[in-house]
Amino acid sequence: MLEVKGIENGIVLDHITSGNGLKVFDKMNLAEVDYPVVLVMNVESKRLGRKDIIKIENTFDVDLTILGLIDSNISVNLIKNGKLVDKKQAILPEIIHGLIECHNPRCITNFDDYTKPTFKRISTDPLEYECNYCEEVTEYKL
Amino acid sequence: MNSHVRHLIEPEDLTNEEIYELIELGEKMYQNPSDYADACKGKILASLFYEPSTRTKFSFDSAMLRLGGNLIGFSDANATSVKKGESIADTIKVMCFYADIAVMRHPKEGAPKLASQHSSMPIINGGDGGHQHPTQTLTDLLTIYNYKKKLEGHTIAFCGDLKYGRTVHSLIRTMARFDTKKCILISPEELQLPPSLKRQLNERYDIEIEEVTQLQDVIEEIDILYMTRIQKERFFNEEDYLKLKNSYILTRSRLSKAKEDMIIMHPLPRVNEIAYDVDEDPRAVYFEQSNLGVYVRMALITKLLGVDL
Repeated sequence: MLEVKGIENGIVLDHITSGNGLKVFDKMNLAEVDYPVVLVMNVESKRLGRKDIIKIENTFDVDLTILGLIDSNISVNLIKNGKLVDKKQAILPEIIHGLIECHNPRCITNFDDYTKPTFKRISTDPLEYECNYCEEVTEYKL
Repeated sequence: MNSHVRHLIEPEDLTNEEIYELIELGEKMYQNPSDYADACKGKILASLFYEPSTRTKFSFDSAMLRLGGNLIGFSDANATSVKKGESIADTIKVMCFYADIAVMRHPKEGAPKLASQHSSMPIINGGDGGHQHPTQTLTDLLTIYNYKKKLEGHTIAFCGDLKYGRTVHSLIRTMARFDTKKCILISPEELQLPPSLKRQLNERYDIEIEEVTQLQDVIEEIDILYMTRIQKERFFNEEDYLKLKNSYILTRSRLSKAKEDMIIMHPLPRVNEIAYDVDEDPRAVYFEQSNLGVYVRMALITKLLGVDL
């Protein structure tokens, strides 16, 4: 059986629905960072049957906003000195700043690099966000 | 940026009281323009037109000149450093040294809002793509006020392109704030009001909305008929435009059942959606509407500049 050791300090993203791990890794730009990151896919889970896990070591300064948009199953564990000090569930963000693009082809945020697209959640069912610049409402599907 | 500077990006930037204040001042300026001939002496308006415009640009130019102010700006972005790839933020930061107030028209939606975030002078949205056109809304409100003496309690019908027509979106949202009796939407299925806007109207305002496809079915109950052009530049392909461009044409004979005091409005330019013989009908107010636009823009410029009148 594959074994990945625990981390001393950092963040563990647990209970990622199997198959979503790579998407989270990609959307959080974890390939670009200079601290250790481990992506484990398809491991056994009592709750989910199979799950993915991401361990991010030696930093707490990570933007977790995107998690709730990808997978509401994800639990976020903060580890300090080898101990779990906080555990929370990924939530749907109310405001998204710079992580996704506006789907409106006429929106200025798709043309002017100076600005970061910003969105406000206006509905959870369906999950809809409104662009702060062009007010286009987009049903969000990652 | 200076958070005390007021901008007009969308009609919601103004309270109902401020809207009334502006149209009442606009009405005074319309009645006695010479009283305000020096109100903006020494001030400069920059008109930043990233796409062509006749009415809005000249209306603002005329407004500033009638207030005794001066003008700078461009009406073709290709002749400026924008062509070299300059960002809106950089353009605005520099323009703030040259002018006291700016009006911006841009083909991309949200561009004036972006400009306002980097501006120490007031920015007025002169139209951004298919999104908002708040000074057209103020023009429309002054026209309604001028002919109907109040903004509240009317049955207003919008006819034509309700999907891409930014003047319609801005006006409908604003009229909903003034106790509109009923709002009738007349359009082909392909050009209906966006569902998100309909939902917003339902959720925020207690307003009766009726959707029909034929003007003749509802013309008897209309107080204000707002006609729109099917705009070629908002379509992605020529085929869709050609299919819909002749959808709704108002002729004099079709007005026979309309109320005597109904008014016919249009943001102009028209193509063929209002037959020329309608111009002679006393209910046709669209040319006077363009005239009133100058005075409400004068009122807006003085308000945003904080001119003591």
